[in-house]
Amino acid sequence: MTDQFTPPPALGCRTSPVLKQRGQREVFCGLTGIIWLHRKIQDAFFLVVGSRTCAHLLQSAAGVMIFAEPRFGTAILEESDLAGLNDTHAELDRTVNELLSRRPDIRQLFLVGSCPSEVIKLDLSRAAERLTQQFAPKVRVLEYSGSGIETTFTQGEDACLAAMVPVLPATNERELLVVGALPDVVEDQMLSLLDGLGVGPVRVLPARSVDTEMGVGENTVYALTQPFLTETHAALERRGAHHLAAPFPFGDEGTTAWLAAIAAEFGVSDEKFKEVTEAPRRRARAAIAQASQPLHGQSAFFFPDSQLEVPLARFLTRECGMTAIEVGMPYIHDAVHGPDLDLLPSGPQISEGQDVDMQLDRCRAARPDLTVCGLGLANPLEAEGLSTKWAIELVFTPVHFYEQAGDLASLFARPLRRKSILGVAAE
Amino acid sequence: MKLTVWTYEGPPHVGAMRVATGMKGLHYVLHAPQGDTYADLLFTMIERRDHRPPVTYTTFQARDLGSDTAGLFKRACQDAYDRFKPEAIIVGASCTAELIQDDPGGLAETMGLDIPVIPLELPSYQRKENFGADETFFQIVRHLAKPMEKTARMSCNIIGPTALGFRHRDDVQEITNLLYELGIEVNVTAPMGATPSDIAKMGQAHFNVLLYPETGEQAARYCEKKFDQPYTKVIPIGAGATYDFIAEVRSLSDSIAQIDTDRLRQTWWSRSVDSTYLTGKRVFIFGDGTHVLTAARIARDEMGFEVAGMGCYNREQARPVRALAKEFGLEALITDDYLEVERTIEALQPEMILGTQMERHIGKRLGIPCAVISAPVHVQDFPARYSPQMGFEGANVIFDTWIHPLVMGLEEHLLHMFREDFEFNDAAGPSHHGGHAPAASAGGAQAPVSDSGKMKPEVQPTGEVIWLDQAERELKKIPFFVRGKARRNTESYAADKGLQEISIDTLYEAKAHFAR
Repeated sequence: MTDQFTPPPALGCRTSPVLKQRGQREVFCGLTGIIWLHRKIQDAFFLVVGSRTCAHLLQSAAGVMIFAEPRFGTAILEESDLAGLNDTHAELDRTVNELLSRRPDIRQLFLVGSCPSEVIKLDLSRAAERLTQQFAPKVRVLEYSGSGIETTFTQGEDACLAAMVPVLPATNERELLVVGALPDVVEDQMLSLLDGLGVGPVRVLPARSVDTEMGVGENTVYALTQPFLTETHAALERRGAHHLAAPFPFGDEGTTAWLAAIAAEFGVSDEKFKEVTEAPRRRARAAIAQASQPLHGQSAFFFPDSQLEVPLARFLTRECGMTAIEVGMPYIHDAVHGPDLDLLPSGPQISEGQDVDMQLDRCRAARPDLTVCGLGLANPLEAEGLSTKWAIELVFTPVHFYEQAGDLASLFARPLRRKSILGVAAE
Repeated sequence: MKLTVWTYEGPPHVGAMRVATGMKGLHYVLHAPQGDTYADLLFTMIERRDHRPPVTYTTFQARDLGSDTAGLFKRACQDAYDRFKPEAIIVGASCTAELIQDDPGGLAETMGLDIPVIPLELPSYQRKENFGADETFFQIVRHLAKPMEKTARMSCNIIGPTALGFRHRDDVQEITNLLYELGIEVNVTAPMGATPSDIAKMGQAHFNVLLYPETGEQAARYCEKKFDQPYTKVIPIGAGATYDFIAEVRSLSDSIAQIDTDRLRQTWWSRSVDSTYLTGKRVFIFGDGTHVLTAARIARDEMGFEVAGMGCYNREQARPVRALAKEFGLEALITDDYLEVERTIEALQPEMILGTQMERHIGKRLGIPCAVISAPVHVQDFPARYSPQMGFEGANVIFDTWIHPLVMGLEEHLLHMFREDFEFNDAAGPSHHGGHAPAASAGGAQAPVSDSGKMKPEVQPTGEVIWLDQAERELKKIPFFVRGKARRNTESYAADKGLQEISIDTLYEAKAHFAR
């Protein structure tokens, strides 16, 4: 099935020594996941229980007001709330009542823990239980933490999905559960590929609405579409479901390997697999070949940000002809990231966690052709003459599966193209 | 607890960052969890700064909480000192660190650094961004500025501008030039552009020019008391205010130098014939107190608008805003709840909003044009070109900025005449709006609808008054940019007359009644 690929490297990065440092981390916290989750889960509202900083973060990260009224908000803790916990619970109930009367269309409410609510040990699980009782069956209230002392950027989605697993009804059906929030158009492409393969029934977590039927049990097999879903992975294993380990569906190779793992599990014949995947694979390869031209022979340096770094490094090195200098991840989880690490040829420094100043020193010394980093670092590095790709776009742009493979390559190629158009010489 | 969907001001440590980032040679060590580093991107992305803000975050995590967050703070502080070699350090805590009570100021003092270490007390759960900036700058001045002999030549300090300020960069240049024309040297501009050693020399100036009371008033008062430096009270935004400012500076400096006013076009532009269409346009003004106060004066006295409502989000400025509103026969709206602002705008149906990034959005939803006059701002509000708000050039810039969202004079008549034309109709909107036509009047096809999916119907019965079909159709014939006003006037006329229904006659009787 994978005959058209470069053979796997003799030595991948799975056993490479990992550089672990800690210090200032230049990443968003998990609250930011709300920004895409509230568009994805259309009947949900995300209520952060936190400080003015949390509210400010959300609107800054959301590009300052894209939507007239977003389905997220902050219950801002005030001085009076910090005095006693009983008061805080009563205050939270009042705030939730206010919110739900304003928004009668809301069917799922997520109470989202933040740094301050965790430090004052505000028990949101108790609050969620109490509020569920009050508002059931119309509104389901769940809670998770998106705090910066517990989570980074994309881990918020993980915490949210993990919070949904325990309330999934039990089932003994043999079903495929695909886990991870994808743009609707990408999700539909994926479902149509799986449908073509004859795999089914397929459920998607998160579902677009609370009424979608979905269960989990010992016969459930699941595949992750996002490499940051390690807690959800653990929660599903606790429910007895079985994980299909695979590289992530980025580029031709990743998508094919991801589908192949599912096809093998569901006994899809090689002919069938080829029949379904041949045309989109051909398109993906052609698109990548065209879009990735500026990337050939160029080097990349990944700051840890979105947790997509290892699969993307695999894509850029194996399908776009780049070399990786350093691949940083906020954290590494062998069961989830292992298949991609196996394919990533050894050589780059693999790092976990961050001391941003030390990492910047390494980056400046290496002078990579392309640096993948968060928004806080991008302009300063551009000003130093380095080309950068904002990691955030990789989370907000459709980049998964065959039809987006060319777009994914061109996201990385664009900074290099721009540099050559503007005639900015690398210093 | 307070339910917030959007907020006008960030937390106070973001205010402190605005001061630190504006300055040079100063470093801010902030005790904060990792998520708080988001604030860096306000400067690197929204303001497009080419350097990271000079802030070191301790980035503590949950696992540190039981152990030694104080040790973490001291290490981060030492690392920042070694790496960045600042002239001075400010230290503080963000909201979460405030809860764990490590006392960063006390910890930093015990480290024996050979540079000034300035502790900040910014109560996160009580105060907001502007307070944070004002207090931080005050503490820096209090710790670093020393009494000094005044300069031989007449000089002043310019105080208040910060990083991420609304056009601060260009305002400073404009006012510096104006002072130069008046024969006055600028001793120190701070916080923006100043180093800690510049701050130390602030006492040399004869007086202070306070450009932004929001971020510099405490420092201005302190300098008045300590260094015998009076400060200017007039904010030179608008032509009239700029003349008043010049007069005030003359009285503080004895300058008699002539000012070249040839560059001031705004006063003639306002009198030119095309501007007759501006006359009596009803505007709603909202933003920070300083910009609202100055905008209200420009709107009424220099543009000929009717101020239909005004207010500010920062309570520190509530008193002067209330007072000026009263002078205008209005009641000021003092709130930081943007939903309340939205409701007010919806009820007033102004023809234009002068507001912040928030109101721009409200305007988009309601189909009312909006010009931005104040922070909070968007990446668009940091233009590449020179566009001050202050001084004579600022008055010119404001004239352009305010009238561009409006339908221009001749265009207004053409829209009226050809309203049934297939490509020159309501839905197309004014030509210069491009893709941002106020869509609410277009039947809602591409309107940025709120998530609840509710779109305001064109004619919305308010209270007991019902629009009859014919009247409703007639209302739609009125150009969209005055339709909101017509609807509101007709409804209030009907309510006054105790009418239950609105007919075509009611519509035209109301029109005659409100004719001006």
